[in-house]
Amino acid sequence: MSGTFVGMPAFPEAAHEAVHNTTLRGNLRHATHTIRAKRANAVAEVSDWAALREAGKQIKDHTLRHLDRYLVQLEESVTAAGGTVHWAADADEANRIVTYLVKATGESEVVKVKSMATQEIGLNEALEAEGIRAYETDLAELIVQLGNDRPSHILVPAIHRNRGEIRDIFAREMSEWGRPAPEGLTDTPAELAEAARLHLREKFLRAKVGVSGANFMVAETGTLVVVESEGNGRMCLTLPETLISVVGIEKIVPTWRDLEVFLQTLPRSSTAERMNPYTSTWTGTTDDDGPQTFHLVLIDNGRTDTLADEVGRQALRCIRCSACLNVCPVYERAGGHAYGSVYPGPIGAILSPQLRGTGSEIDSSLPYASSLCGACYEVCPVAIDIPEVLVHLRERVAQGGPVTERGGKVVLKPAKGHAAERAAMRAARWAFSHPGALRAGQRLASRTRRFHPRTLPGPGRAWSASRDLPALPPEPFRDWWQRTNGGRTDGGREGTK
Amino acid sequence: MSSRDLILGRVRRALADVRQDDTPPVPEGPGRDPRYEQAVQRDYLREHGALSAAERVELLAENLADYRAIVHRTDADGLADVVAGLLRAHGSKTVLVPPGLRREWLSGTDLTRVPDRGESTAHELDRVDSVVTACALAIAETGTIVLDGSPDQGRRRITLVPDHHICVVRVPEQVVSSVPQALELLDPTRPLTWISGPSATSDIELDRVEGVHGPRTLEVVLVTGGGGQG
Ligand code: SF4
Repeated sequence: MSGTFVGMPAFPEAAHEAVHNTTLRGNLRHATHTIRAKRANAVAEVSDWAALREAGKQIKDHTLRHLDRYLVQLEESVTAAGGTVHWAADADEANRIVTYLVKATGESEVVKVKSMATQEIGLNEALEAEGIRAYETDLAELIVQLGNDRPSHILVPAIHRNRGEIRDIFAREMSEWGRPAPEGLTDTPAELAEAARLHLREKFLRAKVGVSGANFMVAETGTLVVVESEGNGRMCLTLPETLISVVGIEKIVPTWRDLEVFLQTLPRSSTAERMNPYTSTWTGTTDDDGPQTFHLVLIDNGRTDTLADEVGRQALRCIRCSACLNVCPVYERAGGHAYGSVYPGPIGAILSPQLRGTGSEIDSSLPYASSLCGACYEVCPVAIDIPEVLVHLRERVAQGGPVTERGGKVVLKPAKGHAAERAAMRAARWAFSHPGALRAGQRLASRTRRFHPRTLPGPGRAWSASRDLPALPPEPFRDWWQRTNGGRTDGGREGTK
Repeated sequence: MSSRDLILGRVRRALADVRQDDTPPVPEGPGRDPRYEQAVQRDYLREHGALSAAERVELLAENLADYRAIVHRTDADGLADVVAGLLRAHGSKTVLVPPGLRREWLSGTDLTRVPDRGESTAHELDRVDSVVTACALAIAETGTIVLDGSPDQGRRRITLVPDHHICVVRVPEQVVSSVPQALELLDPTRPLTWISGPSATSDIELDRVEGVHGPRTLEVVLVTGGGGQG
């Protein structure tokens, strides 16, 4: 899998391809709808969801607004607890640091806990180039890695694969990487999981170096938190002698107590569980228990540029629960690969163009990869107003303006050669040929009017003037959602009840 | 310039719009800084419904079972027999024992005991059939047991590598209702493991499968009158 996705086509083309892949679409629909329904129940169980969501938003906002202080405090507390802190301004620097740290142990392989940050910086490829093999140990990441594939969902990276495909990948590839798949492997999930267990256990037991990300870092105590299900996280965090955690600077919470909010909202939003099977917290090192050497690599890689944008910085509140993916009508049809980034779906559409800038075709088209239906905002446990940021970024692409890039202020020109118009047109054409996605957009747009630019900028104005856009019905999102079962029916049956 | 200074400089420039008076002092060490407390509105609940001690234990048992942990109940006198029975039923020949585990909990069995040693290799742990531990506390609302590495729970890895974990929870005294109540009692300087049911994955078509890497069987024994600290 690759963290960089060089040469990705712009979103509309990639999406166009994806919607014609019926296996992919079937797998995706099954998965997103399953999680979506379960999540609603898990959230309904806690009567104070709105208050938890608001507290989560406030904690994250507060932290971001004082990030310099909390970073320094975190560094002090991690150091005091026996860890070593490293700072990496960009992906290359982060990769250099990790490579150096691994080489210093004399090892040539590492076991990895699933982590968006290390995918973002392309760590596995960087290590490979230096002769170090990185083994992904999350089952879905293993499927992706063995399939020489890219992840397509934040939480369930192999969501686009069905059991038959997984069986074939295991039977074909496992022997290349270590213990082969058992003879006569079938496609039952239990057998596939057992094959993965045996294949990976061999690696866990001999591993000397573990690499992880973290869901949270507590500034006051220096505690890191990893939330997971399978136990592969625990294996990588406790069996190796050296642990290297690579974490984005936005993952800080100020106090231990703050975890009470996120440990309630994250599992329910992501896997729709009251609590995920395993949560590990560690503070530096502990004598005789777990790794005796701990390194924390703090990465910027575009985060401070994102922080400089007063509208866009809210994207840094994201706790990567993936709830927004599962409700997005565009993601459901286009699949995660269309977004050309390790961050797919609605959050990817606002995060990638901010972390990477809007220079490339894919990044400048991402703000258009949405119907602005607002479903992502409604489910987001930290209340990120994704539609607002999308519209803001569309304006940036179309009109240009001041932005921060690599810490310096630059003024972007409006997208050249009507690139914005092309991006918007292609997105529109794609939507028009996929009535389900469009229906969602149209009907829901009425609720998100305030997110639309007052005037369609430059080329867009001419374009919208010459097109007969369907009128926006005044129906609220929730009504529409219930009536049409999320855009899958025309609203006949549900609506007549 | 070091990357540290570069990043901190970028952060400060990025936050030029943030008003200075919005900046509370950095909280000092563990504990509550009243000014940070004011910065965040915490009107969420400390627990979801006030439960009696008995209700709390019931809810814990229900939620544990819902996540496919196997729940057993007994009192202090019956505990040794229950533990011995579970080990026997699992067909175990060896059992990992944390150094501070109460001796009488294992008095009903003569299985080979493997001590939790710092120098044991992962491969040695992999050959052990079962592990018996206490816990730091349990959370009823989420069906979670929390281990904090105390002597009656041992190192994190002993409850990870063997395939069968028996965890003894003293009820009702070790059971809290909610996540906020649990965090208040836990010590962040210790390594913590929160366990909600056995290891599980939903990565294959979202079908839940138990036991990918952690213990495939988690048995929780709720014991009344289990006495003080182990
Ligand atoms: S943007 Fe919100 S809903 Fe989407 S992954 Fe992040 S936290 Fe979850």
